[in-house]
Amino acid sequence: MSSTFDTIANIIAETCDIPRDSIKPESHAINDLGIDSLDFLDIAFAIDKAFGIKLPLEQWTQEVNDGKATTDQYFVLKNLSARIDELVAAKGA
Amino acid sequence: MRLEYFQLIDRIVDLKLAERKITTEATVPTTNTIFEGHFPGFPLMPGVLLIEAMAQTSGWLVVAANRFERMAFLAAVKDAKFRMFVRPGQKLSVKATLAHEGSGYAVTTASIVLDGKNICDATLTLRVLDFPNGEMKQQMRETATRVGFPSEVPVNG
Repeated sequence: MSSTFDTIANIIAETCDIPRDSIKPESHAINDLGIDSLDFLDIAFAIDKAFGIKLPLEQWTQEVNDGKATTDQYFVLKNLSARIDELVAAKGA
Repeated sequence: MRLEYFQLIDRIVDLKLAERKITTEATVPTTNTIFEGHFPGFPLMPGVLLIEAMAQTSGWLVVAANRFERMAFLAAVKDAKFRMFVRPGQKLSVKATLAHEGSGYAVTTASIVLDGKNICDATLTLRVLDFPNGEMKQQMRETATRVGFPSEVPVNG
């Protein structure tokens, strides 16, 4: 069974045509991988479907815009994986 | 269709929020300057306008799903296929299904049916945002009335 990180890395590789081996847990989706907001909608759609969740993109964006969070918290892939795990756990609770 | 105003949908025929489906009707005008160039002697409804008809139909579905609190803006078109020519005067049945409601976006699968045949389809991504201003929201309400936006759909705000 693949890890959350592996699943999202595969999604990013397929959606954005980025070599899979260049996608690391420390990669920042925007700053390192160059994924723009439109491509991220495709990734969010695939993640939502794969995990049966709804990534709260609007809430995250608002928190970043308000200075309450950094983009690292949501868009560094190991952190994104942790957020997804939390959402999956909350769904099952 | 009011091509001059880029309002392609004539009326909402059926909107079933529980089933996340909508059907609209759009009749291609018999004359329009577009047909003088596309194409001389062989007028065809441009494929990009068929996509726009599917996008507007999807938009009404998303607006309804958001209780008229938010607006849908076309963001991406995937797998668009045009299977037949569409000529002036033809009446199109435009269908859309809400495939996914994400945070700030929605994905629909849409198609156009002509004489019982599926002639065009695509998967559309729409950004879902607050209305940029009150004037636009009011204009959308007026257009909604014109196209028969169903009164039983809950509308807030």
